[in-house]
Amino acid sequence: MSEAGETLLRTSLYDTHVRLGAKMVPFAGYEMPVQYTGVIEEHKAVRGAAGLFDISHMGEFEAKGPGAADFLDGLLTNNIKKLEVGKVLYSAMCREEGGIVDDLTVYRLGAERFMTVVNASNIEKDWEWMAARKGADCDFRNLSDETALIAPQGPAAAEILADLIPGGGNLEAIAYYTASEREVAGRKILVSRTGYTGEDGFELYLAAGDAPHVWEALLSAGAGRGMLPCGLGARDTLRTEMKFALYGNDIDETTNPLEAGLGWVVKFKAGDFVGRERLLRIKEEGPSRKLVGIEMLDRGIPRHGAPILAGGEPAGAVTSGTMGPSLGKAIGIGYVPISHAGVGSEVEVDIRGKRRAAKVVKTPFYRKK
Amino acid sequence: MEYPQGLKYSREHEWVKVEGNVATIGITDFAQSELGDVVYVELPEVGSEVEANNTFGVVESVKAVSDLYAPVTGTVAEVNDQLNDTPELVNSDPFEEAWMLRIEMSDASELDGLLHADEYKAFVEEESA
Repeated sequence: MSEAGETLLRTSLYDTHVRLGAKMVPFAGYEMPVQYTGVIEEHKAVRGAAGLFDISHMGEFEAKGPGAADFLDGLLTNNIKKLEVGKVLYSAMCREEGGIVDDLTVYRLGAERFMTVVNASNIEKDWEWMAARKGADCDFRNLSDETALIAPQGPAAAEILADLIPGGGNLEAIAYYTASEREVAGRKILVSRTGYTGEDGFELYLAAGDAPHVWEALLSAGAGRGMLPCGLGARDTLRTEMKFALYGNDIDETTNPLEAGLGWVVKFKAGDFVGRERLLRIKEEGPSRKLVGIEMLDRGIPRHGAPILAGGEPAGAVTSGTMGPSLGKAIGIGYVPISHAGVGSEVEVDIRGKRRAAKVVKTPFYRKK
Repeated sequence: MEYPQGLKYSREHEWVKVEGNVATIGITDFAQSELGDVVYVELPEVGSEVEANNTFGVVESVKAVSDLYAPVTGTVAEVNDQLNDTPELVNSDPFEEAWMLRIEMSDASELDGLLHADEYKAFVEEESA
């Protein structure tokens, strides 16, 4: 339910969700489907067959021109200049002090043309941060409102999508973390082999007005193959089982990429970027804490904000937690001191005032058999 | 949505079945459908005291944690341990298999403040309108 006076935005698929019986909730300023039939059923559809997500609330910025690569490379921790045309890169964007402004994906769509995809809750903040640092030889535009994003995810996603492309679309040519244009259900779409579920799948960027048509076409093609429309509830349990970070939960401006397990997207040798100096010092000194995966040994579900104790002392907090539908176990993500970050370390989670035993485990929690 | 006759209902969406001085309680069909997939139930121990309108446990769906409120005061005589391992019974059979507690009531007059099936149905329809 929305707070009084709060105006929620809607994606171009709003009416479609309501017609499908979705339960709509406020999320990052948008009215979004949290579930259609049930989180667990939707989660399992994605692991076993396919699920279809509307994530049009996410933001898209385009950077174009001779200075576009330098502009992004100076802001993002990953190596943008090395990114080849047609490829996608995950990166962090930091403040000078090393705190994470956002985590995002970057698409190189041409030698001098990029698209960055940012979290819905950060669109305004990112836009201000980035636009203020743009050079003169770069055209930077916010395409968020005119761009829809729908994500068919799961082992059957490729064959369902192929059904809607004349000649099948040669989707094998679109490898993991690459993107290419296709005509899907008669509409021009940027087909990206990416996702947030740990399954094979795609993220489709298209004109907002085309989304209802393409959504219906995908659901029809997927009906006989176990595809279900999925809400943000299943999106969250799927990503948590993979320990994919969620901005605002696991990472934010008070956390840095090194302690958050995102050191692999920080390329110190690739030239300067905002935050490099501070992050380099953290790397040399070694981070004091680490974002780890925990599994409950006692009963209970660790939830965002629950204190973590190490050696009986307050040591950190749970940043995400759920019952993992594919695991049948209660799992959590949270920060613990380096001394307790090793796999097998025993910690406790304070759940409603009671200390429950948990241990640090290997992640991702879920691995495909 | 089911609203079985013969049960009493609280405004916190618990049902109460009265047999002599023992009240069996659980959460309603409406409550479970609002919660979504129930994955965890935490209940008090046998012998503990519960007080009307106070929390006695929690029920958690995948996304949310909700308190359970006792509709009557008394001593916990029996707990449905089945819900430890099969919390999904709360979704599939809220009025039978997923009963939660049997309470030895200390003040049966508290039952007078509860709703009949038709009253509860009207209450739900008004609340969710």
